[in-house]
Formats: sequence, structure tokens, C-alpha cells
Amino acid sequence: MSGQRPSPDHPRPVAPPGQPMTGAESLVRSLESVGVDVVFGIPGGAILPAYDPLMDSKGVRHILVRHEQGAGHAAEGYAHATGRVGVCIATSGPGATNLVTPIADAYMDSVPMVAITGQVASPLIGTDGFQEADISGITIPITKHNYLVTDPADIPRTIAEAFHIAGTGRPGPVLVDVAKDAMQAKTTFSWPERIDLPGYRPVSRPHGKQVREAARLLVESRRPVLYVGGGVIRARASEQLRRLVDLTGAPVVTTLMARGALPDSHPAQLGMPGMHGTVAAVTALQKADLIVSLGARFDDRVTGKLSTFAPGATIVHADIDPAEISKNRVADVPIVGDAKEVIADLVTAIQAEHAAGRSADLAGWWQQLDTWRTTYPIGYADPPDGEVSPQRVIQRIGEITGPDGVYVSGVGQHQMWASQVIRYERPNTWINSGGLGTMGFGVPAAMGAKVGRPDATVWAIDGDGCFQMTNQELATCVINDIPIKVGIINNSSLGMVRQWQTLFYNERYSNTDLHTSVGSRIPDFVKLAEAYGAVGLRCERPEDVDATIEKAMSINDLPVVVDFVVHRDAMVWPMVPAGVSNDDIQVARGMSPTWDRED
Amino acid sequence: MSKHTLSVLVENRPGVLTRVAGLFARRGFNIHSLAVGPTEHPEVSRITVVVDVDELPLEQVTKQLNKLVSVIKIVELETSASVQRELLLVKVRADQQSRSNVFETAQMFKARVVDVAPDTITIEATGNPDKLDSLLRVLEPFGIRELVQSGLVGIGRGNRSITDRALRSA
Repeated sequence: MSGQRPSPDHPRPVAPPGQPMTGAESLVRSLESVGVDVVFGIPGGAILPAYDPLMDSKGVRHILVRHEQGAGHAAEGYAHATGRVGVCIATSGPGATNLVTPIADAYMDSVPMVAITGQVASPLIGTDGFQEADISGITIPITKHNYLVTDPADIPRTIAEAFHIAGTGRPGPVLVDVAKDAMQAKTTFSWPERIDLPGYRPVSRPHGKQVREAARLLVESRRPVLYVGGGVIRARASEQLRRLVDLTGAPVVTTLMARGALPDSHPAQLGMPGMHGTVAAVTALQKADLIVSLGARFDDRVTGKLSTFAPGATIVHADIDPAEISKNRVADVPIVGDAKEVIADLVTAIQAEHAAGRSADLAGWWQQLDTWRTTYPIGYADPPDGEVSPQRVIQRIGEITGPDGVYVSGVGQHQMWASQVIRYERPNTWINSGGLGTMGFGVPAAMGAKVGRPDATVWAIDGDGCFQMTNQELATCVINDIPIKVGIINNSSLGMVRQWQTLFYNERYSNTDLHTSVGSRIPDFVKLAEAYGAVGLRCERPEDVDATIEKAMSINDLPVVVDFVVHRDAMVWPMVPAGVSNDDIQVARGMSPTWDRED
Repeated sequence: MSKHTLSVLVENRPGVLTRVAGLFARRGFNIHSLAVGPTEHPEVSRITVVVDVDELPLEQVTKQLNKLVSVIKIVELETSASVQRELLLVKVRADQQSRSNVFETAQMFKARVVDVAPDTITIEATGNPDKLDSLLRVLEPFGIRELVQSGLVGIGRGNRSITDRALRSA
């Protein structure tokens, strides 16, 4: 790949080459050189040398978190919201292993992140030294690449490479483990002129012939669907996508990782496909004669039972990662390339087809699609009298905050509802843990997003279970002036697991009752928020929902936590149960769309 | 399933073999044999790996390996267009009566006797896997005391060098 600049974001040489300093100073200088403005972390023995020069850094702001997992998710949230590489830092051993979950999360969702860890001094490596863990070994399967640095002279080059690898191609996490003695030793700082990685050459320019073939299929197809994934967000290709959609008139489904890639107000938008997708999106894919996948990966949560997925569709699969193509569903037309370039080239190729008088007539297809989406819109049943509907709370948060807000979620029912009922109009405004499904992602990721986009209103839509996994970062938010808003959708249980117990385990609720509102209030989320110095609000009646959200919106100098006590038996619909064909989508318990029976 | 031989050029750095071997394990691909060694370039090592997979998973193995930053290039060595060799050391029971027979067998296979003890002979043989299999079948009746075999190594026929090409395009 040409143009391998060491610093994709901010090329900023700061020190003359050959300046003597410690390895730790060289590390901080390297972070400054690559353009890092914020890192999330916690010091400890092995990383201590780095924290001394970090205190004096003019360019790098360090935010002291309360748990390393929080540092990792905050770095992810920052990266999701800004598109830049997020950075977290931790000490050796337990500090490093606490980063494992966010690193795995970033790997699954292709989040650009660099994790820096201290390691025990090199003579101790391999001796089971105090706080020693082989973190580079541990993270091999969950990083795009990783390093163990024992020679201080290698620090600048390693940091430059780490940021380059994390931020280019298919983004992902890179871990740099630095031995304590390498940080303490004297070295000279020399920022690399260029990056030389013979084994790393991501392809971004798509093959013209393949793109033209895709364009030909698109104009000949009668039932095409553009299947848009997170790659379109990572490639910042929303504008190109919109042009393609307007040009072809083809319907679009946006996956959980791609909500916001095309505005929800766009007429071609069918919503989210998959296990909890809209009937229109799921069915469009099932009945399609052509699927053009753009930066998506045919995940099992999208395809349902793979052998019955979209049986009549020809597959065009465009991805920057060649290994995704034909991994699950065999592609008829593979295209390797960056989504932005692929889509731009597709637009040109389609224009050429149109100029030659070839274009698709999709009127019949749209008639069918419109029937599905008007007959089976995303909806929800009213809760019993006096109880609060969780879906309505989330919907109203979205409506009152508007499309300029940034919405971050945990994992579970609230996540699916937030994806379904909030209208996303812009990319990078919906942030969640899709691939790994990490409960506890919400609060720290919202914190990172708010640091990256301080002017935006950032909501963490969280669950009572998720919130209790990482809520200590509220302390970080209060102390560092990061005023996020947290809406806890409190159904007093591990709601998604409970839903499966309702549907598949005869309503035997084994270990899903969290006692956070039904019967007892342990903990009391309002008191907990106040204990952290944040504002705590509670809403228990349907008539108070709007006023409570507006109250939360009016407080902008402190984090706000709202305990929305909601109806406990609400379920996420539609649903395609795991391992079942997408043809058997249910819109409510035991209810399948009628078109299915007509077939 | 069928056997495929992949030549994998990697950076000569600590831990690279772990990355490659670990990838096979976690993606559920079966390694039949593995050999690692230096090349004519000190910064490059060469791993020859024989895998038991069908065509489509093989493509997936190759793509996944290519994603490793430490992997520079992967070439599949076709049996017909390459020379493939394994090394075998085998200790065969050989008393006074059978010793000359064992000796003759070794000669027939152009194998060398590298050690002789009162009741055993140790034979060194190189060849493609088929040849070594035949040798072992013939030696089996004499009684095999101990056997050690290297992973397969292979090189393409003709004047082209995959290391040269890999490093030039880097």
C-alpha cells in the first residue's frame, strides 16, 4: 500500500531525531507524535515509568478510570464516535488481563484501538514474576497484531506501526506490551520516516472488472437488496452509499453495526435485518434475487440458519477483508476493497449502465416491500395499566434528544429496542457491542464517546444488569467533567435471558432475577448515582416519562442517571429464534407473518 | 478431504510460529505436518505446512494466514510442480540373521545406514511421503524400535524464487 504515513491522523513530528531520553519518555513522545489527544488508563507497578512523563505531556490527556475494562471500552467509545484510534493503557498482569474483554470486543466490531500495557522487566519475563501475565500471548487471537517491546530503541517504530495497523485496512485492536526495564533505560528518540511492514498491505482499491459485474447484476436484478454493514461506517462511506441508493432505487437493510449509515428517514431504508430485525428487512433478504453486501459479514445473527438464508439470491460481497468473503455464504462476485471506494466505483459503473439504457425496474419489488413494511412495522404491545413500556422510554429518549444525539447501549433487550425504535440519521451516532455482545459496554463507551464528542448529548441506554457491571466509571465521569446521561431500562432482571426462558425454558426463571425494582431495590440506582456525585432520577409511571427525560436533558454539568422502572415481561419482537430459518420469523409469540402461510 | 502443502514466508521474529500454529487450531484446521527453518534472507523464515482440508476451507486458511501481519507470503506447492521431501530416521531390529536383509532394503530405497548396534540398525532416508511410507511398510516386519520423522519441506521447480518475489513486492 502506498502512502504509509506513520500517523494517519495527525502527522506531527515533535522532537529532533536522536534526542536522548528514557524509554518511558520516548513512549509518551511517540504517542504525541502519532497525534493522540486522550488516553484512558490506570497506573500500576510495571507501567509506572510511563506515568511520570505522561504527567507533563502537553498533548496527551490521561483520564484515570476505575477499572481497566472501563479504559478499554472508553477507548472503543471514543473510536466509534470519532473514527479515530482510541487508546487505553494498563499495567502488567491483572491490569492487562482486565483489558482482554474490550480488546476482544474491538476485534469483533473492527474498532481501531491501541492498548498499551506495562510488562515485568525483561529478566523476569517467563519466571512467573509478580504481576506477570503473557498478555501478548493471551491476546494473539483477539488482536489484529501485537508486540512485546524489550528494547527501548524499538518504542517509536512500534507505536507508529501499532497506530498504522489499528487505523487502516479493516480497523482493529493492536496491543503494545512494553517491559518495565525498556521504559527505564536510556535511549534516543527517533520517529520513523516511513513504515515498513512487508506482511501488511491492505487492498483498498477494488477490481474494476468485479465492480462492473456487480453493476451489471444490479441493473438486471428484479429484487435486489443492499445489505449494509459496519464497514460502511468505518470507511466513512455514508455519502457514497446515499448516492448509490438514490441512483439504483434499491432497498437497503442496515445491520446492527450499520444503523445510521443511511438515514432512517430515507425511503429506501428497510431497517435492521437479523434475529430481531424488521419483517421487511428480513424478508427482503430472504426473497431477494440479488444481495449486494457492503462491509457486512453474513453473521449468524443476520443469516439465521445459513443453509436456508436467501436461497434465491446471487451474492455480491464487497469487503476490505478478503477473509470475510465466502467465509459463511459463498460469494458469486467477490470484491475486495474499502467500502468508500467500492461504492464510489459502483456509482460510476451504474451510471455507465444507465447511460447505455440499462436500468432495473423495481416497481413490483417495492410494492411487495411496502406491503411488508406497512403491515409489519416495528411496534410493541402496551404494558399493563400503570406500568412503563421500555420501548416507549427508549423511543421518547430518541425523539426528545433528536438525531444529533449519540446513543450508546449495553447488550440485551434494551440494545435491540434502541436499535429498533430510535431513528438514526447520521453515522457514528449509534454505538454498541455487536459481535462480542459485551454486557457492561454502555457506561464506559458512552464516557469515551462524550470525551471524543464533548458537544454532543451522549445517552447510555443501559440495562439494570449491564449497568451493574461497569457503573463505577460514573466516578470517572463526575471527576473528569464528562456529563453523560444514563437511562437504565430497569426490568429487575437479565431481560434477554429471561425472554429466552419465557420462550424456550417453560418460564423457569433460573438466576435472572436481579432484584433491582421488583420486590426490592438492590441497589437503589438513584442513591448509587448520588453516591458518585451524579444526579439520580427515577421514573415509575408512564405519565412521567417525558418530563423525566426533559429533566435529564436540562442537566448538562453533571452525569445524570435515570432509573426507568419498566414492565418486566416486555419482549423483543420480531424474532427469529437461534438456528431457525429466517422464513420462520415471528412478529409476536407464536405469530408469523401471513405471507409465510400463503407460500 | 485432501492434503495441501503451503509454503508460508514469515518474519523471522519470536512468537511467529505460535501465531501461525494458533490460527490453525482456533479456526479448526488440521495440521498434518509442519517444518520451520531459515531462508537465504536472514529476516525471513519459511514454514512448510501440510493441511488436511477441502478446497474452500483451504482458501479460508490462506486468507486468514495472510491477515497475520507477520506473514509475508503464502504459496501452495503443487506436487507436480515442486520437489517435496521428508527426512526419516528409523531404528530397526536387526540380529545376525536379518541384518543383511535390512541392509539390502535400505539400499533399495537409497537410504543410508547411520548407526549399527548388536541388535538394531538405524536408517536415514529422505524422500517424498509416498516413498517413505513404502520404506516403512517393507521395514515393518523386521520390527521398528523407534521412528522419528521431520515435517515436509518443499521447493518449486524451475528458476523462480518465491522469497525473491515476495521481498521485491514488499
